[in-house]
Amino acid sequence: MKKDLLSIDDLTRDEIHLVLDTAEAMREIGQRPIKKVPTLRGKTIVNLFYEPSTRTRTSFEIAEKRLSADTLNIAVATSSVLKGETLADTAMNIEAMAPDMIVLRHASSGAGHLLSRICRSRIINAGDGMHEHPTQALLDAFTIREHKKRIDGLKVAIVGDLLHSRVLRSNVLLLTKLGADVWVCGPPTFVPSGIERFGVRVSPRVDEAADGADVIMMLRIQQERMQGAFIPSLREYFTTFGMTRERVARAKPDVIIMHPGPMNRGVEIASDVADGPYSVILEQVSNGVAVRMAVLYLLAGGAEAD
Amino acid sequence: MSKVLLKNGRVIDPANGRDGQFDLLIDGDHIARVGRDLPADGARMIEMPSGLLVCPGLIDMHVHLREPGQEHKETVATGTAAAVAGGFTAVACMPNTAPVNDNAGVTGYILAKAAEANLARVYPIGAVSRGQNGEHLADIAELKAAGCVAITDDGRPVATAMLMRRALEYTTMFDMPVIEHCEEQTLKGDGVAHEGFNASALGLRGIPGEAESIMALRDISLAELTRGVLHIAHMSARQTLDAVRYGKSRGVRVTCEVTPHHFVLTDEMLRAPVAYDTNVKMNPPLREAADRDAMLAGIRDGSIDVIATDHAPHHFDEKHVEFDHAPFGITGLETAVSLCFDRLVHAGVVSLPRLVELLSVNPARILRVAGGSLAEGAPADISILAPDLRVIVSAASMRSKSRNTPFDGWTLRGGVAATIVGGRAVYVNEAMERDGFSRAMWG
Repeated sequence: MKKDLLSIDDLTRDEIHLVLDTAEAMREIGQRPIKKVPTLRGKTIVNLFYEPSTRTRTSFEIAEKRLSADTLNIAVATSSVLKGETLADTAMNIEAMAPDMIVLRHASSGAGHLLSRICRSRIINAGDGMHEHPTQALLDAFTIREHKKRIDGLKVAIVGDLLHSRVLRSNVLLLTKLGADVWVCGPPTFVPSGIERFGVRVSPRVDEAADGADVIMMLRIQQERMQGAFIPSLREYFTTFGMTRERVARAKPDVIIMHPGPMNRGVEIASDVADGPYSVILEQVSNGVAVRMAVLYLLAGGAEAD
Repeated sequence: MSKVLLKNGRVIDPANGRDGQFDLLIDGDHIARVGRDLPADGARMIEMPSGLLVCPGLIDMHVHLREPGQEHKETVATGTAAAVAGGFTAVACMPNTAPVNDNAGVTGYILAKAAEANLARVYPIGAVSRGQNGEHLADIAELKAAGCVAITDDGRPVATAMLMRRALEYTTMFDMPVIEHCEEQTLKGDGVAHEGFNASALGLRGIPGEAESIMALRDISLAELTRGVLHIAHMSARQTLDAVRYGKSRGVRVTCEVTPHHFVLTDEMLRAPVAYDTNVKMNPPLREAADRDAMLAGIRDGSIDVIATDHAPHHFDEKHVEFDHAPFGITGLETAVSLCFDRLVHAGVVSLPRLVELLSVNPARILRVAGGSLAEGAPADISILAPDLRVIVSAASMRSKSRNTPFDGWTLRGGVAATIVGGRAVYVNEAMERDGFSRAMWG
């Protein structure tokens, strides 16, 4: 594995499978009465979060603790980026205390790349701006593989705000790398320029994207996007793109419905779909811990470290 | 005053139809004679090493000298030192200083600093609007009287069509160009890179080429309406070039410039060799290959009038931040000539006389300043260029106060041998020492 995990592009196909296989073993640890192994004992991991995050930060922290790493959370208010210390200075200060890994969440795309050029510590990107969220894509792949036993050849429809979504970019890279037939769907105002060069099909018709799908992945619509006039109203968004039972019915009978959270019920997804029989949304959250344990373990050196 | 005879150099002087081996006699601050086998006649004789070109002084009509107010980035002294090291005998400097060059006081201050530095000639460009706020016209006649050669709100486009109309109209009484940084602000939004696959892949907010061309078309229409003189700065998008061609075809008084980085680089640089390198963040952004190729075609077919650098120095600390937060701009004065030789002349895009037109004749003509000519009696502003010199770009050894260049470490064919301003050698390339040229030039 490379020094850092900044993008899914940092992983080969084989490495992705290695992460997913390792996550299977890690999940077993979480099912024991004593959910802790000494694997990362003596390793220091800093969770540096410049954006509010509940799911991802908690998931990383639980994963780190289950592996016995010494962890430290630094939550930086977004506003202090502008008035206080620069990211580079913060990175150098943390680096001076010699942590082994830094898990970074930041509002700017490429923030992890900046850290990676400054730090010898390994950097794990826990979401950078509109760029990537690689561990989310890995846990999504883990969840898909568990249900479908494969990823190659599956039709995966990703629906929502494609433009601002880091989850989209990581998933597109990962799923196309593993041979899935990826469809992306949303209003044209949410379609990133040149996205077809990723090897995906683009459609503004949710029925077409959902048709015969093995997996439907919904992306969050952020309320603040209304101000940029990307969409006329949340109500119209729901009537045009919202995932309803009727739309789910167009997919394969064994379709799974995914969402990276946090969800807007009644905006991108109907409650009866989110809570319905096809939904694997909470499994994604559970799997997140196992997948992050696998990533931490492998980046720390994997079997070499044992 | 002393006389110097530049013996047997290849003189490229398209304004006077010269391209060949000539002697050039400098008498004090002006050119006394150009001809073959001129007698030494008491002049100090400098034999030109073979292959060197003797050209009218290069003029960079788009430079940010940052003084007053941002002296941590650049000063008039360091900026003009960079200029002469880059082969430029004159620069025109942009008004977005602090305070803005919107009054004769600031213009006078810049000119005093330039006189003190005594390196390249400095032609200040005044603001279109007071404080570059886009509301009221600046005192343009006073700016002109104080020495400004053009007006622009560079960095901030003139937002309203009405103010631009007034600026183009008002300046017709001096025949003074209005230079526009074309950018439709609402379309640019908070974009930081060219809108396209690479920005999408990196999660960077995009700026489409149309943000530039829409305003260029607006301004060209206004120039047609007013008969004003319009110059389009640092053009980057193929649509803008089409707009300029349209304007020229209708007889509108419009000219345009392109920077070396826009005819050399593309937005692929956002991803590699260094992902999110803030030294490839500039405004307008690096665009895609089709735009870069359109710029080369425009240089080749004559639609583009000028190559200017948009030299935009920024302190290392300002650039050593997240891509979103970094300021736009790169330095350009000390890399332009090498990039022009390597990518235009040796690549067969332009002839040497055409290159001299782009870098000297046309900027002088557009700004209505002396220069662009080696005629007898003209000021002795001369750039001696070395088209085959192997140059390894080194940001650390540049004269500019700032180091923000994406070309650090590049190997290029072509460079500067010496720069003469007003008959005085102000820069001689140390790499020319072995020929004895350097000692001879310094006298």
